[in-house]
Amino acid sequence: MSTAASRLAGDRLLQLSGILVLGLALVTLGALIADVFSDGWARLSWQFLTSPPSRFPAVAGIYPQLLGSLYVMLVTAALTLPMGIAAALYLEEYGGGGRMARIIEVNIANLAGVPSVIYGLLGLGLFVRWMNLGPSVLAGAATLALLVLPVVILSTREALRTVPMSAREGSYALGATKWQTIWHQVLPSSLPGIFTGLILAMSRAIGETAPLVTIGALTYIPFAPTGLDSRFTVLPIQIYNWVSRPQAPFLENAAAGIIVLLFLLLTMNSVAVVLRDRFQKVRS
Amino acid sequence: MTRATRRRLEFVIERLLFVCAAASVLVTVGIIGVLAFETVGFFREVPVTDFLFGTVWTPLFSDRQFGVLPLVAGTLLVSSIAMLFALPTGVLAAIYLSEYAPSSVRRVVKPILEILAGIPTVVYGYFALLYVTPLLQQVFPSMSAFNALSPGLVMGIMILPLVSSLSEDALHAVPNGLREGAYALGATRMQAALRVVVPAAFSGISASFILAASRAIGETMIVAIAAGQQPKMTLNPLESVETMTAYIVQVSLGDSPSGSLQFRTIFAVGMLLFVMTFALNLISNWLRRRFREVY
Amino acid sequence: MVPTGQPKPITPVKIAVAGMNFFYGKTQALTDITINLHANLVTAFIGPSGCGKSTFLRTLNRMNDIIPSARVEGSVTIDDENIYGPGTDVVDLRKRVGMVFQKSNPFPKSIFENVAYGLRINGMATSRGDLEGRVEESLKAAAIWDEVKDRLETSALALSGGQQQRLCIARALAIQPQILLMDEPASALDPIATQRIEELVYQLKRDYTIIIVTHNMQQAARVSDSTAFFWLGRLVEYGPTEKIFTNPAEKLTEDYVTGRFG
Repeated sequence: MSTAASRLAGDRLLQLSGILVLGLALVTLGALIADVFSDGWARLSWQFLTSPPSRFPAVAGIYPQLLGSLYVMLVTAALTLPMGIAAALYLEEYGGGGRMARIIEVNIANLAGVPSVIYGLLGLGLFVRWMNLGPSVLAGAATLALLVLPVVILSTREALRTVPMSAREGSYALGATKWQTIWHQVLPSSLPGIFTGLILAMSRAIGETAPLVTIGALTYIPFAPTGLDSRFTVLPIQIYNWVSRPQAPFLENAAAGIIVLLFLLLTMNSVAVVLRDRFQKVRS
Repeated sequence: MTRATRRRLEFVIERLLFVCAAASVLVTVGIIGVLAFETVGFFREVPVTDFLFGTVWTPLFSDRQFGVLPLVAGTLLVSSIAMLFALPTGVLAAIYLSEYAPSSVRRVVKPILEILAGIPTVVYGYFALLYVTPLLQQVFPSMSAFNALSPGLVMGIMILPLVSSLSEDALHAVPNGLREGAYALGATRMQAALRVVVPAAFSGISASFILAASRAIGETMIVAIAAGQQPKMTLNPLESVETMTAYIVQVSLGDSPSGSLQFRTIFAVGMLLFVMTFALNLISNWLRRRFREVY
Repeated sequence: MVPTGQPKPITPVKIAVAGMNFFYGKTQALTDITINLHANLVTAFIGPSGCGKSTFLRTLNRMNDIIPSARVEGSVTIDDENIYGPGTDVVDLRKRVGMVFQKSNPFPKSIFENVAYGLRINGMATSRGDLEGRVEESLKAAAIWDEVKDRLETSALALSGGQQQRLCIARALAIQPQILLMDEPASALDPIATQRIEELVYQLKRDYTIIIVTHNMQQAARVSDSTAFFWLGRLVEYGPTEKIFTNPAEKLTEDYVTGRFG
């Protein structure tokens, strides 16, 4: 009957459109990477990586911005990791299903959905102005630390959950207290997962532009940051700066900067994936 | 360590961990506090009705007007384009991955979608401005270099993985028994998918839409780079517009003295943005909770 | 195995349970359990799945405390102290009442560290030499020393199932409990490993009071001096093992041990 044939045709059509959509996504990704590489590959050089920025695009480099990115990332990690682990430990090991724990969980889920530029406004009002930290590395890192905190909490909780209940029970049965069990059994077992989560959070942080622009990270900084209180800029902001200029050489610089940024991200995510695989192999 | 000391230590540790967890609530309080504080100051000089219902936004010019609707219009225009692209494609991708795709395909496709979701937005902005816009200009010669269509489409690609993975989760949560019931009655995969599984996952899929919309509205760099800085009340995607988020970046890069009225505008706009995205997130959570209760 | 025909040694009561009711939230899992468990004997808890024997076992070292919805009524008296009384130190209780679990759960650490863990956290070793001595003692008491003495630093997870379980027994013995609770310790093991565990239990009862939960009636008959039969959260019958298995007083007990249900 024709309806059977049309049903099968419909079935085939649905399947095909799904494949087409995914193909489109793949093609777009490919076009993006090809475009960026063709625009910027020629510009990549040791000079590019080690020079300060300049009004003259041909000699401009990304050295201070690279250092700024790495420095901010380190401070962000130092700020967010202890808070994130502590919060995750409370929710996973102590909170139970209590009302307070649930309020905190809902709140964290909401925070995960707040636009990054709003975190920038928070950082501007709270860290830069009210706490008088100025547009410094510390203010920027604190802002990003709050931004990625939900990610760290979530991935730490997942890592804690992979530790089986039997390990905790075995510890309690020997007369260990809750904290002894956490410190000696639960945390050591979940450390690889926590670390993987941290890397993923940092790969998010390193690409963030809007919150740092908002707190006042400048687009032209010719020096590397000297301390927590120094002004700074990061690689994505420099890319944005170059993209905003119409002249072709600046756009080439932007593309080259993007290649460096993507490379950093690729490295970080590969490390995270390798860690995750090795971690799973050790468990089984 | 004596028994009493150990007990006290355990108690202190538990309190400390609680404080760290509760501090996350303080972050929300901080966001609302900072935004509200500056917004209240802003509204002391600019009437709320002028702000919310005015159609001219020129706070940085000498003839200062503070009607925020052009920024809202720009945001909604770009976001709508993104959603119009991402919603159908995301659901189609999710249906394919959930109901049709063999595990070998899924193992390749899912990492690619994760990569798409992980690309920094400044890179997408570059792509929109320098690749997509010229491409589209061949189709629409009248399109200006800064426009709403190009960042809208690119934003759609960026959001596609979000819609796809959340919808896929929703589809996956539908018990297999429902599918098998449909197959047993002679349904094709398409009929089972469209008539049984998707409706059963409806709450979860709508929740993913709304979350994606919230993400689109809050997105900054793609529009800052490719959409322009001309706030306009327009529905024409070929013209340049300015979004709420791009405005905040524009002022932050400029030299408005802090404490001035122009400076306060970014908090007022930020407050509006926060309220919009927060409301959407709440609706999405409510929908997702309703969907979880069904099973 | 206790030779038949000999009179049972009368030992003092080690654990006295009076009127225990146990609840998971609103569900009552144990009803009105009253039982006296004697020192230096092996007591088996038997009964069909879900009858509450494991739950009851876990009330004896307050392991159920980690379940938020668990609630206990009644008293459990060990050495003249009600362990559910207000002043009880649960940590101290668990040093006196050790537990071995159904599925062996060695920590993902070395064999040495597994046994040393209990000693470390309870501050029971005065020096490294003392620690090593106690670890060796425990591994010998669990009849596994010879098999692992040359590889104490290797991972405990590399041991076979039976070895892991004996390691868990060594770990429990290290902190010198007086009572050992064993929750189906051999159910996941092959017959040869099971036999070694059973022999070990027989040796251990000289120095410890052992309560063993088992769904394997033949095992209960082989290994225990007294047996308690549970059904649907109640204690149906309790007495010398020989009597329970050859001439039980309750019809329900007889039906169970003869396999009419289970």
